[in-house]
Amino acid sequence: MSVVVRIPTPLRKLTGNQGEVREEGGTVREILDGLESHYPGIRERLTDEAGELRRFINIYLNEEDIRFAEGLDTKVKAGDEVSIIPAIAGGAR
Amino acid sequence: MAFREDQIARYSRHIILKEVGGRGQEKLLSARVLVIGAGGLGSPVAMYLAAAGVGTIGLVDMDVVDVSNLQRQIMHSQATVGVPKVVSGARTLSRMNPDVTVVPIQDRLTAENAMELFSGYDVIVDGSDNFGTRYIVNDAAFFLKKTLVSGSILRFEGQVTVLEGHTGAPCYRCLYPEAPPPGLVPSCSEAGVLGVLAGTIGTLQAAEVVKKILGVGELLTGRLLLYDALSMSFRKLRVPKDPHCALCGPKATITTVSGSSEWVCQMPAS
Repeated sequence: MSVVVRIPTPLRKLTGNQGEVREEGGTVREILDGLESHYPGIRERLTDEAGELRRFINIYLNEEDIRFAEGLDTKVKAGDEVSIIPAIAGGAR
Repeated sequence: MAFREDQIARYSRHIILKEVGGRGQEKLLSARVLVIGAGGLGSPVAMYLAAAGVGTIGLVDMDVVDVSNLQRQIMHSQATVGVPKVVSGARTLSRMNPDVTVVPIQDRLTAENAMELFSGYDVIVDGSDNFGTRYIVNDAAFFLKKTLVSGSILRFEGQVTVLEGHTGAPCYRCLYPEAPPPGLVPSCSEAGVLGVLAGTIGTLQAAEVVKKILGVGELLTGRLLLYDALSMSFRKLRVPKDPHCALCGPKATITTVSGSSEWVCQMPAS
């Protein structure tokens, strides 16, 4: 299944400045595997040592947060859009 | 409340809107809004709220104006470099609209002072620059049952949401359960931010505050608005309430405001 993955600006240095990439996979976890193989170093930004999604990163499948679905095992289908949404805190300084 | 002649003139474009009217303008004039951070986001938020006639605007910030702020912090100017931001901001707002009472609070928001500071306000606006403060703001707003209008910016992207955990809607911890560990994150000044992004996101926050005060329209409660200036795209994502939330969930473990503010503003970045 080929899905579009949206990359937030803080991670675009790892994707050669691309804001959108395509990856293959049947679950979000497989999509992250694909990302890591094409853009080494990106996985550790997203998951911790145990392979769990970091708690200041959200991954959305289309409009829904995968934490409230089946997490990294959430199934994806062709044409879906996966978005990586990091917490950001800038504002005053 | 009877409007003075000059107020009828000043607010005429509001008063003719049926969603605002004289009653709505009265609500604005009697509203009290606290803005955390008198910088990039706080500037457009406070200036539009002042222009709208929000009666009392509190500004919380401990910093002084630095020349590197002026690329985006439009409430300050060359003339106020070196002046506390809350003083510089209060001058700008009072000049814009003498109807507004500005309360300058030159202090860092802490777990110790948050509850007392927030208690006198109707709506809280988060325009702070670090995760520690964001969790303190969230927790204090939740305990005091205040609506929190949250905005954040980094590089070319911004996020806006309205947090009302006390009503059964999500809080900031439902959205992001934990802050990134401090050691992993570069500082705001290293990461950079497109100046005008502060205006876009701050102005959206101001719109949500005004809507909340007026009780009109649909707020971004339970939704996260994402703006990407490079692709000029806006997207809205649904934010569910987290049934395991440590603050507002049924088995909450957080019962008081705690934690400290620290100067970090980014996820682990490349």
